[in-house]
Amino acid sequence: MISWLDIIVQGILVGGFYALFATGLSLIFGVMRLVNLAHGDFIILAAFVALAIVHLTSIHPLLCLIAIIPLMAVLGYVLQRGILNRTLGKNILPPLLVTFGLSIVIQNGLQLAFSADSQQLPMGNLTVASVQLLPGLNVGLYPLGVLVTAGAVIFGLQMFLYKTPLGAALRATSDDSTTIRLMGIDNRHIFGLAAALSFAVAGLAGVLIGGYTNFSPVSGPSNLLFGFEAIIIGGLGNLWGTLIGGMILGVAQAVGAEINPGYQVLAGHIAFFAILLAAPRGLFPRMAA
Amino acid sequence: MTALLETTGLTAFYGDFQALFGVSFVVHPGEVIGLIGANGAGKTTFLRTVAGLLPAAKNAITFSGQPIGGARAEALVKLGITMVPEGRKLFPSLSVQENLTLGAAVKRQGPWTLQKVFELFPILEERRKSPATKLSGGQQQMVAIGRALMSNPALLLCDEISLGLAPIVIADVYRALPSIRAAGTAVVVVEQDVALVMRVADRLYCLREGRVVLQGQAAAMNRHAIAAAYFGGVA
Repeated sequence: MISWLDIIVQGILVGGFYALFATGLSLIFGVMRLVNLAHGDFIILAAFVALAIVHLTSIHPLLCLIAIIPLMAVLGYVLQRGILNRTLGKNILPPLLVTFGLSIVIQNGLQLAFSADSQQLPMGNLTVASVQLLPGLNVGLYPLGVLVTAGAVIFGLQMFLYKTPLGAALRATSDDSTTIRLMGIDNRHIFGLAAALSFAVAGLAGVLIGGYTNFSPVSGPSNLLFGFEAIIIGGLGNLWGTLIGGMILGVAQAVGAEINPGYQVLAGHIAFFAILLAAPRGLFPRMAA
Repeated sequence: MTALLETTGLTAFYGDFQALFGVSFVVHPGEVIGLIGANGAGKTTFLRTVAGLLPAAKNAITFSGQPIGGARAEALVKLGITMVPEGRKLFPSLSVQENLTLGAAVKRQGPWTLQKVFELFPILEERRKSPATKLSGGQQQMVAIGRALMSNPALLLCDEISLGLAPIVIADVYRALPSIRAAGTAVVVVEQDVALVMRVADRLYCLREGRVVLQGQAAAMNRHAIAAAYFGGVA
């Protein structure tokens, strides 16, 4: 009995990672209807940048976040204003092609710079520490911290989107990116800010996942896939739904792995398809306004 | 008197399709101008071009004497040109009050504040927490006008603000016009209802197939001339 509870709790904890992958994707898609196929690769890029900083300076990987989050935000803004804004329009194909291209460029660039080896960020004792929830039920402090972080990020984003003037401008741009210009607000700048937020979360996600599992230059696309699945399960446009979607995906994978280690990823996909069949708009779709 | 807005030989294109053929148009400060014409005459295209949503030659449009053709819409709002777009285009994710407040994003100084807009349309204060698109059509139109006023425009462009509204509601919406012009704002109203425009406007322009076919003082116009200009054919 306790072993199944254990499996479910571990799955929920992994959901924190998936929610972090998904939040950045969701932001960019929500505001400018842009599907960033390179999002997973940018997460891995951030992990490699952290690795390089750790090797050069020997500081703790979590301290790298002070540099990586703003760096990624600037990268997101510049990329959006410099390249991605030019791909937006009635045709949905150009942004897909360009972000797919970026994905390939990043993967190959990372292989050139870091080789194809698997890496892990040295988090020290942090990743092996655990707390006892119930007798016989221990949870890792690190994934628990990640889940709490994911919750805090989503809470912070919700506060920003719903309680600040700039957040209102982002929601309005998501509704209608032409009419926002009649308010005297440059939609290209708002798109840049949305990308900056998205990339900042990707930077955070990259460092956190890099300290938890092995990563290599080609790990990005699977992160992207899990992020997508978390968004769709939770319902498009609902960040809390995304967090729950990530947890459901994590639990499905943990249960699958328990049945047979080879079923881990497959079980996640099956759960995703089952939910998509039962609720095509996800479990918690944002109410139609 | 110097013109507030002047277009000279203004042309506009959608791809290869030419929608405006040399439109010359003048608005003086504080004036109310009616712009009429059949569907497809180019009225909306004209407003969208002046508002900066469609490209234009630099010298084809001047605002207070400065060439502004081809400037971006968001820059023009800062200068004082604001449009109430056709179909209202409220932001459905935002409440009534958030929609109105967003209109003040450019922080132009002037008489219009949230409080003044609520005085103009008291029903909006009651409904200020509602999602904007939960309101009735007339109330939504009030939000759209109020949102545009919040930028304290020198020139307000109104695109078919009576579209789809019941006559009694149209009267409610148009009742705001005297207050708007009393605040010193010039207004261009695009309207299908010619009788309504003749009552509210100082001067009229009639467009047909992208050209100005009639213009003059609203009070001096006769309906036969307007009908002839509107539909073309023999006058």
